[in-house]
Amino acid sequence: MSHNTTTAEAGRAGRAFNLRRILHSPLALPLIGLIVVSILMGFASENFFSVSNIMNVLRQVSIVGILAVGMTFVILTGGIDLSVGAVMALSGTLAAGLMVNMAMPGWVGLLAGLGVGVSLGLFNGAMVAWGRMPAIIVTLATMGIARGLGLLYSGGYPISGIPSWISWFGIGRIGIVPVPVIAMVVIYALAWVLLQRTAFGRHVYAIGGNELAAKLSGVKTQFIKLTVYGISGLTSAFAALILTGRLMSGQPNAGVGFELDAIAAVVLGGTAIAGGRGLILGTLIGAVLLGILNNGLNLMGINPYLQDVIKGLIILLAIYIGREW
Amino acid sequence: MLQLSGIKKRFGTIQVLHGVDLEVNAGEVHALLGENGAGKSTLMKILTGILQPSAGSILIEGQERQFANYDEAIAAGIGIVFQEFSLIPYLDAVENMFLARELRTRFGLLDRKAMRKRAEDILARLEVDVPLDVPIRKLSVAEQQFVEIAKALSLNARILVLDEPTATLTPSEVEHLFKVMRELRRQGVAIIFISHHLEEIFEICDRITVLRDGEYVGDCLVSETDNDRLVEMMVGRRIENSFPEKPSIPQDAPVLLNCQAVQLRRGGPVSDFVLREGEILGFAGLVGSGRTETALALLGAYPAAKCALQVEGEDIRFREPADALARGIGLLPESRKEQGLITSFSILQNISINNYGKYRRGHWFLDLQKERADTETAMQQVRVKAQGPMDRVDTLSGGNQQKVVIARWLNHQMKVLIFDEPTRGIDVGAKAEIYQLMRAFTAQGYAIIMISSELPEVIGMSDRVCVFRQGGIVATVEGTAITSEDIMTHATTGRVRHVA
Ligand SMILES: Nc1ncnc2c1ncn2[C@@H]1O[C@H](COP(=O)(O)OP(=O)(O)OP(=O)(O)O)[C@@H](O)[C@H]1O
Ligand SMILES: [Mg+2]
Repeated sequence: MSHNTTTAEAGRAGRAFNLRRILHSPLALPLIGLIVVSILMGFASENFFSVSNIMNVLRQVSIVGILAVGMTFVILTGGIDLSVGAVMALSGTLAAGLMVNMAMPGWVGLLAGLGVGVSLGLFNGAMVAWGRMPAIIVTLATMGIARGLGLLYSGGYPISGIPSWISWFGIGRIGIVPVPVIAMVVIYALAWVLLQRTAFGRHVYAIGGNELAAKLSGVKTQFIKLTVYGISGLTSAFAALILTGRLMSGQPNAGVGFELDAIAAVVLGGTAIAGGRGLILGTLIGAVLLGILNNGLNLMGINPYLQDVIKGLIILLAIYIGREW
Repeated sequence: MLQLSGIKKRFGTIQVLHGVDLEVNAGEVHALLGENGAGKSTLMKILTGILQPSAGSILIEGQERQFANYDEAIAAGIGIVFQEFSLIPYLDAVENMFLARELRTRFGLLDRKAMRKRAEDILARLEVDVPLDVPIRKLSVAEQQFVEIAKALSLNARILVLDEPTATLTPSEVEHLFKVMRELRRQGVAIIFISHHLEEIFEICDRITVLRDGEYVGDCLVSETDNDRLVEMMVGRRIENSFPEKPSIPQDAPVLLNCQAVQLRRGGPVSDFVLREGEILGFAGLVGSGRTETALALLGAYPAAKCALQVEGEDIRFREPADALARGIGLLPESRKEQGLITSFSILQNISINNYGKYRRGHWFLDLQKERADTETAMQQVRVKAQGPMDRVDTLSGGNQQKVVIARWLNHQMKVLIFDEPTRGIDVGAKAEIYQLMRAFTAQGYAIIMISSELPEVIGMSDRVCVFRQGGIVATVEGTAITSEDIMTHATTGRVRHVA
């Protein structure tokens, strides 16, 4: 069997079984889940498919959606980042504090917020890559540190009184599309390019697939790990920017438990929790799926405690169905 | 005793086995031969219930059997030692042998004494001595293999499958394994033995079945055939002798790598060697003699106590393999599954993993077309047998996986390549091709360090040989002095140099 003829044969077979190929794509199950849940919600509540509700859902999704981008990078390398919610809160609180308490111009505060996010991310990355500590422990510690620092700095109260133009990031619109939604889409597009079209992206997958083999073949595994946690810090800071704009204040208590929603979005999107396999588009689908569940259950007026139970069960079910790949 | 007939197997659209027959008698060692990807491992996975055949029947002692899974095959007295091991690294030998079948006391607690006793009995039956209290990962490959065999026997296997057991063993360990196999044969166990070393077939086997591209080619008695005839049955053509001619390397060829002192452990022996342009330097020695660690230390992948290295006259200490790669030094690691391949990646991604510099577009982005074209060329050069470059590497046969790791270095402009056991698990035809390839590399001015436990390979390929013992180089032999007696003497009795 020569290599060429078999390639041609495989190509023919591929076209003949096109439907099968679509079904075998890792995006198939998350997409089917999204469609099924949307239809169910559409039946349950007539408002669901209105443009304003859809925009509303997407806007609500945007913060966890953006956190989930960084989380995808980290999980693809086989790591995890539990600190995203706390880092987001600290970043927003410090940014607001600089603007309000130190009377700095708004843009200085925003840049400082981004700086805080990236620094904490890089700190996580350095501890994991060079400190050789397990990611779950390092980021758990960072979660506590970031949350504590935010509360210390603010005394536990929201910091309000920031320049009014910052609200544009949280509630502004371009046409009918909310700014946070546009930000989310842009961030996903950038992440897709990074993961699918650059050597860096391949190396991210390689580390999750087999770190030792990647290292021995000359991949800078430590540097890549540092970078993915840095990216996660950066996306946390972007989420903080949107949150601050929406609430018009720095909220030291914001984002509790968001790390779990972000992880859920990544896993619902078909990314292997052990790393090496997964697609960023899947994460977007997973995040939207979670958002629709939240929104739909709210529209139906279901008891919020019961909502958590239902969401948990649906996540379990989705992962059970998708477990093979 | 065992009769497989008309076994067929397809994976998706790919037909891997086209009706294979295999007949094995009790108390016989039966060789299963064929090129890489011929379907040997697949057939054995079907026999052991791990895969289901698409057609065909399995008869054991005249009775038709179907195994839905491995457990059912075990219950029917079939045991297998996989090509890639399946032991749990952090458990000890006893725990591994009784994994999932632990003996219990009356109170439902583990009966550690009884398990240990049983393990000792079985190992005694094999006449091997394996430490039972240390984690499996601390044992040598050979010892791990004996544990695997013992595990199969602890299940009362009457049919034992050994898929390329000798690929990772030293000659003396192979001898030991053969002793064990002869003992089992005497006890009436039927053994199916897979190996790419034909001389082993003649030494240990009684009968042979040959596969080619998933077809049954034929079977015969070992006593009625010879090397050339077997090779022809396997590959369908004759193969001229495998080692290419050694070129003569000028004494003043430039030194690419000057390793002035490498010390693996504090207080251990200190070694030095040079590597000249265009030469193949063999690293010989027993398993565990420090060859691999020394190579890894050069690249910065092993924390050596000391490593003073000059690359093209410049003092360097690499912090990680990526630094070495930047200076044109690459490694083909010894264990393809743990150290070589990203198993969830395609062939293409595995080959281009460390070579994206070549596939840049607009500085940052990947040039996917060029990547694919180059990958296809590389695959053809080493003759990877696969449907296409997008196949996942874990669907390839063991030998073809090894070729993928080798192909990784074809696209590079390297200066020094370190090949650690480059032909492990590779069939006769492909072996010859890899040897040719290595000489083609050196003719371009590369230098190669070849670590190998196969003496004929070391002797046939190396221009010079460093012999290792107990963590250091004990001798360097050249030219006509490269003989198996010489190397073995140094490897077993050479004096290591200690430096205070
Ligand atoms: N899960 C799978 N999906 C698709 N193809 C497969 C799968 N498993 C094996 N194959 C194909 O089946 C063929 C036979 O593989 P097998 O592992 O049986 O070869 P082998 O004779 O053991 O070779 P080697 O000597 O290299 O170990 C190969 O071409 C391989 O690519
Ligand atoms: Mg095999």
